[in-house]
Amino acid sequence: MKRLLSLTLLLSIFLTACGASAAPTPVPVTEAPTLAPTEVPPTATSKPESQTLLVFAAASLTDAFTEIGAAFDAANPGVTTTFNFAGSQALRTQIEEGAPADVFASANKTQMDAVIAASLITEETQKNFLTNKLVVILPANNPAALEKLEDLAKPGIKLVLAAKEVPVGKYSLEAFNLMNGSFGIDFKDKVLANVVSNEDNVKQVVAKVQLGEADAGIVYTSDAIAAPDLKTLEIPADVNVIAKYPIAPLSNAKNAELAAEFIEYVLSAEGQAILAKWGFIPVK
Amino acid sequence: MTRRQSTSRRIFSGGISKWIFILPSLILLAFFALPLFALVYRSIEPDFFANTLSRQAFQALKLSLGTSSLSTMITVLLGTPLAYLLARWKFKFKSWLELVIDLPIVLPPSVAGLALLIAFGRRGIFGAYLSEIGISIPFTTTAVIMAQLFVAAPLFIRSARIGFAHVDKQLEESAYVEGANQWQVFYEIMLPISARALASGTILTWTRALGEFGATILFAGNLEGVTQTMPIAIYIGFERDLGVAMALSVVLILVSVVLLILTKKIDNEEE
Repeated sequence: MKRLLSLTLLLSIFLTACGASAAPTPVPVTEAPTLAPTEVPPTATSKPESQTLLVFAAASLTDAFTEIGAAFDAANPGVTTTFNFAGSQALRTQIEEGAPADVFASANKTQMDAVIAASLITEETQKNFLTNKLVVILPANNPAALEKLEDLAKPGIKLVLAAKEVPVGKYSLEAFNLMNGSFGIDFKDKVLANVVSNEDNVKQVVAKVQLGEADAGIVYTSDAIAAPDLKTLEIPADVNVIAKYPIAPLSNAKNAELAAEFIEYVLSAEGQAILAKWGFIPVK
Repeated sequence: MTRRQSTSRRIFSGGISKWIFILPSLILLAFFALPLFALVYRSIEPDFFANTLSRQAFQALKLSLGTSSLSTMITVLLGTPLAYLLARWKFKFKSWLELVIDLPIVLPPSVAGLALLIAFGRRGIFGAYLSEIGISIPFTTTAVIMAQLFVAAPLFIRSARIGFAHVDKQLEESAYVEGANQWQVFYEIMLPISARALASGTILTWTRALGEFGATILFAGNLEGVTQTMPIAIYIGFERDLGVAMALSVVLILVSVVLLILTKKIDNEEE
């Protein structure tokens, strides 16, 4: 940390010396144009007229949160909500490296806990706002003719998973462990031998199956609903894994009040209804 | 030696105006050097060797070196005749052909990856036929090499074309007069004279192939030992453990430095 500080100091001295304006750490943020932190007036007493909120959300939330964001903005004139969607593990790293997020919605506890451990989120403020289940997706023409869950172990099929660092990838491995109990102890090994790629986030898994490059992929039920052109194989409850999504405001959020309001909205009847529409299981 | 001395004297004899050159240069140099310095500086931690010597890092390095060497070899074999054609032959639509070859240099690699997928994917325009005879390219090491070839080969072709074009035409003419055929002219005259351009083009292509990321992750995916090259291992490592990502980055910087020193050596020996 000390090294980092001195380095930052060195850098800022250099930048000032050159007369350049010191920009904040650049972080890849989608929909960046609306993100303008400097426009927020520093006066805390008067409520600013136009406010921006930056939400870092798991890739699986892309469709649902885009809709929630639009509804939240409509209900709060002057508010612009922007999102950075990526695998939760990527969001975690970005936040740890100083990305200016106001809210973090993670697809699992592990990534949320890491941000809490870095003292960037207070543990008590996190709330679970939905649950999600796993499902197998297949291209519409089902090139490998997969009929049941056990077929995932058929030699030579092309299976695409999310990497084990990505929440849905971790859940998939947990589900295979459970399936070992039902389909034989070598089931997981046989399935993993069919994996041709470990993708960086859940939407990449969907894309590879949609393109027909993979014979099967494992994603959340919500992702399958967002891609109606795909076939699915249900995973029975006894071998499925229930994903719990936590959401929390960042301790150093530029707009703490608005961050709290957004989380409240996600947990409200309207917010939960939108989540249910996109195939998530509401908590309320 | 004498030339160098006089140049250095000139630097120190200039007045205020010399800063017009020195200051912008320093700013840009610092901009290049600082991030690299920061990366090396922060990667030096007790886990550095554990991180660089891990099985994943070793496999990624091996795959990267293997695939980039292969794609570079293919580039030289197929690219040299093409560059010669472009430099010496006159034919219709030549400028359009050059445009097609230069396009991959300026396109974002993600566009290249998508294009490869649409062409050679299982449902791609050509991939569908390959798929019928049991050949499937995506997610294989072949896909990695194809992605590298697509983005890196144009660099060699461009360099070789310029090299061939600079060869004195009179040399060729006199060789033809003395009864040499086209192959002899190419092999005995063109190749030796443009060797430097060919060599630096080769290294440029090699380093570019070594660093290929965008097209690879789209077209070839990410699987340890099969398609997970160094840049992809760094990207995935970045999300799991920054230490691993930084250690791998430093290894990649070292490999690139060695390659660049090699180019310099080749250049100097030619002089």
